[in-house]
Amino acid sequence: MIVPYKWLLDYVNIDKSITEVGDELTLSGSKVEEIIENGKEISKVVTGKILSIEKHPNADRLTICKVDIKDEIIQIVTAATNIRVNDIVPVALHGSTLAGGVKIKKGKLRGVESNGMFCSEVELGIADEDSVHGIMILKEGTPIGEDIKEVLGLNGGVIDFEITSNRADCFSVYGIAREAAATFKTKLKPVNTAYSSNDEDINDYLKVEVKDDLCRRYAAKMVKNVVVKDSPEWMQQRLKEAGIRPINNIVDITNYVMVELGQPMHAYNYKFIEGSKIIVRKAEDNEKFKTLDGEERTLNSSMLVIADDKKPVAVAGVMGGENSEIKNDTNTIIFECANFDGTSIRLTSKKLGLRTDASSKFEKDIDPNLVEMAMNRACNLIEELGAGEIVGGTVDVYKNPLMPHKLTVSASWVNKFLGTDIKPEMMKEMLESLEIKTNLIGDELNLVVPTFRQDVKIKEDVAEEIARIYGYNNIPTRKIVGETVEGTVKKDQKLKKIVRETMVSSGFYECTTYSFVSPKVYDKICIPDSDAIRNAVKISNPLGEDFSIMRTTAIPSMMEVMATNYSRGINEVKLFEIAKVFIPRENDELPEETDKLVIGMYGGANFYNIKGVVENLMNALGIERCLFAKESENPIFHPGRTAKIIIRNKEAGVLGEVHPNVTDNYDIEERVYIAEIDLNSVFKASNLNKKYKSLPKYPSVSRDIAMLVKDEVTAAEIEDIIRANGKDILESIKLFDVYKGKQVPEGMKSIAYSITYRAEGRTLKDEEVNKVHERIVKALEEKLGAKLREC
Amino acid sequence: MREELENIRTEAMTKIKKSINSDNLEEIRVKYLGKKGVLTGILRGMGSLSPEERPAAGKLANDVREEIENAIENAKKSIKEKEREQRLAFETIDVTMPGKANPIGGVHPLTKVLDEIQEIFLGMGFSVAEGPEVELDYYNFEALNIPKNHPARDEQDTFYIKDGVVLRTQTSPVQIREMEKSKPPIRIIAPGRVYRSDAVDATHSPMFTQIEGLVVDEGITMSDLKGTLDTFAKRFFGESTKTKFRPHHFPFTEPSAEVDVSCFACGGKGCRICKNSGWIEILGCGMVHPDVLRRGKIDPEKYSGFAFGMGLERLAMIKYGIDDIRLFYENDLRFLKQF
Ligand SMILES: [Zn+2]
Repeated sequence: MIVPYKWLLDYVNIDKSITEVGDELTLSGSKVEEIIENGKEISKVVTGKILSIEKHPNADRLTICKVDIKDEIIQIVTAATNIRVNDIVPVALHGSTLAGGVKIKKGKLRGVESNGMFCSEVELGIADEDSVHGIMILKEGTPIGEDIKEVLGLNGGVIDFEITSNRADCFSVYGIAREAAATFKTKLKPVNTAYSSNDEDINDYLKVEVKDDLCRRYAAKMVKNVVVKDSPEWMQQRLKEAGIRPINNIVDITNYVMVELGQPMHAYNYKFIEGSKIIVRKAEDNEKFKTLDGEERTLNSSMLVIADDKKPVAVAGVMGGENSEIKNDTNTIIFECANFDGTSIRLTSKKLGLRTDASSKFEKDIDPNLVEMAMNRACNLIEELGAGEIVGGTVDVYKNPLMPHKLTVSASWVNKFLGTDIKPEMMKEMLESLEIKTNLIGDELNLVVPTFRQDVKIKEDVAEEIARIYGYNNIPTRKIVGETVEGTVKKDQKLKKIVRETMVSSGFYECTTYSFVSPKVYDKICIPDSDAIRNAVKISNPLGEDFSIMRTTAIPSMMEVMATNYSRGINEVKLFEIAKVFIPRENDELPEETDKLVIGMYGGANFYNIKGVVENLMNALGIERCLFAKESENPIFHPGRTAKIIIRNKEAGVLGEVHPNVTDNYDIEERVYIAEIDLNSVFKASNLNKKYKSLPKYPSVSRDIAMLVKDEVTAAEIEDIIRANGKDILESIKLFDVYKGKQVPEGMKSIAYSITYRAEGRTLKDEEVNKVHERIVKALEEKLGAKLREC
Repeated sequence: MREELENIRTEAMTKIKKSINSDNLEEIRVKYLGKKGVLTGILRGMGSLSPEERPAAGKLANDVREEIENAIENAKKSIKEKEREQRLAFETIDVTMPGKANPIGGVHPLTKVLDEIQEIFLGMGFSVAEGPEVELDYYNFEALNIPKNHPARDEQDTFYIKDGVVLRTQTSPVQIREMEKSKPPIRIIAPGRVYRSDAVDATHSPMFTQIEGLVVDEGITMSDLKGTLDTFAKRFFGESTKTKFRPHHFPFTEPSAEVDVSCFACGGKGCRICKNSGWIEILGCGMVHPDVLRRGKIDPEKYSGFAFGMGLERLAMIKYGIDDIRLFYENDLRFLKQF
């Protein structure tokens, strides 16, 4: 809401700078977005009349002008081409300042003295660079030698307020003035609504029929013998400041009233109202209508129109029609001042793609009781401008008048709720300054809330009114009292923290990616068409295909991040993300949302690096037994370098080298390793309760064992056999060498373990160890065909 | 004999003095004091002396032995010291060369800031709650006083899944879910992702993170709201931070406010970060609307509460001076490594 400051001062006496006023209104609830003081920087610019224009002797493009600035005649050299003798122009004198702080000094241009400069609208800061060309030519008859700020009204400034949707009453100069009066504890001045009319009766000229309740009120006035012309300079100036283009006196009056009081109005050319009848009705489906902007609109039956006997003449509350537009020869007009259902206006304007000053006011649901004041103000302005003769009588269809509502609030409750100690009398004063009639009986505030304050319905609303006029910043601050509560973090949240810490200490950086992805990501990671993982929650109005489904796996997001880094020449990357995925559920409207840990790395990495990281993580999370089983079916991964992660006999994730088909799709020419782990499964198995075991008192014995086995024999198989035969003296086993090559036959590998034995409560004897060790060796030979080698 | 001993002494002492390493000294020791050494030989020859001469000669021989032994010992010590000095000098390295370690990684800047915020609120007795991101229209809108056709729905540009199901546009639905399942006193914060169909640019992201806060108890006042958020601002931005509460409107709180903090960069004088205003807007808040309490099965006549919500990205951008929100979701390692 743009409020020209001088206009505001018509209705309140405030002796403060525009900035101070803006700051205080912000603190009382009318937030200032911006204060624009056009003329603030401009000084020593006056109006001057060009007396002569002569060629510059030394430059083709320059001319020498003599300019009358009332007290003297000065010489100015210019490159401007749009000026003529007798033009009145803004003249920046020696020592003047223009918009943007530009300083002007006298000097010589190609040897000829120049005592200033002519200004364009851009230089005065009242137009954009690309909208004007050349020097600003002022109206004929503009007095010369006057300060340009006075002439152009650049000394006022405007305040742009951000008004919240609940305060329809503040979308007007008068509404803001009311707030200002309450804020600065001054009186709000009345609006001049006086006028006189002839002794005819509008009802003899016009019938109004309201056929739909979406029109809550419809009032009309008639003006005869209208003289359509430009409105006076002051009115044009104010409208321009408010961001509205002046058109002619009649249209300008409707706009002036709208800006001033917040009530949109419309003027119809009476001549074109067929049947002397206005009907407010729903449009017909596919009814065609040309709005004032020249666009042909197709209406439908959800939209409200203003029609005459034959045709629509306006889309109600949005825009009038070309067919009844006010033109220079218009003689008789009908002023419409109506009230419509806000939602209906909003939906219509949305459907038509046509948001106007009027519709944006109506859609906030303005007060139907504003109609009289607005209509009277319009008539008052007609009279003031001498724009026509007002026909007596009013048409006013207002079936269900809105009445002020009553509300009783206890002052002590307000203080208790706010944590304040405001006297009830003071509350009364504050409320009355907002035009809420207040009768204080004891502790009780008995309120009559005016109809323009539909947002004040319950006692909390009243508390807010009091709080904001009292000043939020005057409310004391205190620490919450009452029962002490201990802040807690859920187990999952703690475990996630451990995950992050472990990943970070392993050298990984955390990333965060969007939860929505393109359905094409499944193609990129080579998931077959039939795979259930493609069944995702779809967004019905996405920003684009790339953000159209909620991910069911976070692997594509990780691949994307690695691809971005790879394409930027980063040659070693270790990343992780705790990523939510969304799995649709059969029997629930909402999907299951679970956290996945995704780890990704490339550059100097191999399978065992990522596996080591996962093993460390499982350790940190207190997962007692985590198994890794060969996985050769997952299409995302290398068939020979991938493992399923198994915890408590359930698959909890996958890790491995990404399939080259997939890395190709992401243009990564490196081996990439990824793990995706279901944190839910991991957290369920996590046990962080540690128990101390006493340190061993007796020495251990270590034996190494090296054997030749077939290539396909896995470490897991060997270790299972060692464990199964190690009896209770086996303490630990450690793989320390795997070798293929010289001295090892084709299809075989050499694999070596160090086995540590220890007994509780005694020192092991050699014979005892030998017996167990031999049994292990024998089992390895028998079950795996292992051939023992010398260590 | 005496003369012989004196000669040995002089000779040995000279050699000891000249010796340059422990090996030399060992040779000297063997030569003079060893089993087959010179001194031993002389002592062996003592038998040829007269009994009167023996004690004196014996003493002298022992003196000489002791003297040589001591001299060797001392020389050994000093040589050892010298040798150690030499070794240490030889072992000098360039300490300005870079160190070696297993490089550690880092958490995302958003996590970092969130942790900091959580820590502050945990310290004030808040617990951490969560809610779904794919949310029922009821929790995201209706229960928060935003019925169908309410203008706030347009403002928030909602992503719809289907009728009645949306991507939550705010973390406020967690308020209702939390009230439904627990009784006052309630003191929670609920961080999480929210979604709005804003086109991506330097300050807009269709997905971002909010932190919701909710306190419900008997006798909670607007003073408590102010005190809590003032404390938060001081802990997060620094003890000298000032807060400013401006009236605002949210459908689910009444009264409602927006909170500005004094600019931590310029202290309120005005700079680029605060756009010359001296203040930075950081959050919205208010007293929980009685309708909202009722929908959470809490009696507004008995209890009152306050709620607040802030944008994590915005706080992180302010804190670290980041000027483009897209950097958070692009995950360029060179960006991630800076935090
Ligand atoms: Zn600043």
